[in-house]
Amino acid sequence: MSMWQRISLIFRSKANKALDRAEDPRETLDYSYQRQLDLLAQVRRGVADVATSRKRVELQVNQLQAQSDKLQGQAEQAIKANREDLAREALTRKSGLTSQITDLKTQQTQLQGEEEKLTLAQQRLSAKVESFRTRKETIKATYTAAEAQTKINEAMSGIGEEMGDVGLAIQRAEDKTAQMQARAGAIDELIASGALEDASSLNHGDDIARELEAMSSDSEVEAELARLKGGSTPPAIEGADDGGDILKDEETVQTPSSAESKDPQ
Amino acid sequence: MIVRILGEGQYDLADDAFSALNDLDALVEAAIEAGDEIGFRDALAALLDGVRTAGVPHHAESLDPSDLILPMADATLAEVRDMLSDDGLIPG
Repeated sequence: MSMWQRISLIFRSKANKALDRAEDPRETLDYSYQRQLDLLAQVRRGVADVATSRKRVELQVNQLQAQSDKLQGQAEQAIKANREDLAREALTRKSGLTSQITDLKTQQTQLQGEEEKLTLAQQRLSAKVESFRTRKETIKATYTAAEAQTKINEAMSGIGEEMGDVGLAIQRAEDKTAQMQARAGAIDELIASGALEDASSLNHGDDIARELEAMSSDSEVEAELARLKGGSTPPAIEGADDGGDILKDEETVQTPSSAESKDPQ
Repeated sequence: MIVRILGEGQYDLADDAFSALNDLDALVEAAIEAGDEIGFRDALAALLDGVRTAGVPHHAESLDPSDLILPMADATLAEVRDMLSDDGLIPG
């Protein structure tokens, strides 16, 4: 027996064992139909769960991308200010984010693939469940017990195989989603802890931003000083210097002149 | 014959298509026996492509069981080994 035949046999026998069987074969149909509806609901939830995970990863990609863009801006700002060391630091952090972003985008693609697979599984199962429902009513209405048993077995093995397949697809999607959620959680924690955000947050600022800020506030102080020097204060200072001399001169001038003026009087 | 690719659905295959797929099948089994993960993935991909090309999708509403069940395209060697073991992959 080929390996695939073995796999097929094992798969089918397990799928059939998983189906509820009642003493009355016709009740088996109802039990099975209920299980099918449950499984359909489970696939729908699975699709929604995967979509939620995908959106979460998308959000993280956007967050990290914004931070990466900000670091790029800081690097440009630092270069303009002739601070190559700061620019290098900003670019180093940006490259760290870039690998995270690439990683997350791969996950995003994988989750998208799982979502599509489960959506298709849902459509296939849905078609078969509807078909089973019709068959079930026909069997219950039309056939004698002996005939019913054969028809039931046919319908059950077909739906059982599909249910086994869909159940497996849900399980795999859940496993993958759980793995990715763990990683997404780790990235959320990283962002929350400030390890990533610290490098580029607008609100808290980071050492690069602080240095750039410090540089700009330094230059603002210089500009203010220069303005003060060029405006009203510089003449005052000059005036004070000269004024001292002038006063001294005036005193020296005035004293003799007053003396002179007094002298003639 | 009806062949199911897990996670994809059922295909109808003419009997004469099988001889061509047997060679591909042999490669997959050899890779599994050798524990060659990369060889296994390549061979499985080729086999599944062969089924998709030679077959036509089986009527969606049918409740026919498959004659042959093949693993999903992204199955790992370990997963296929699990399918062959007693506690298997199938939930329930």
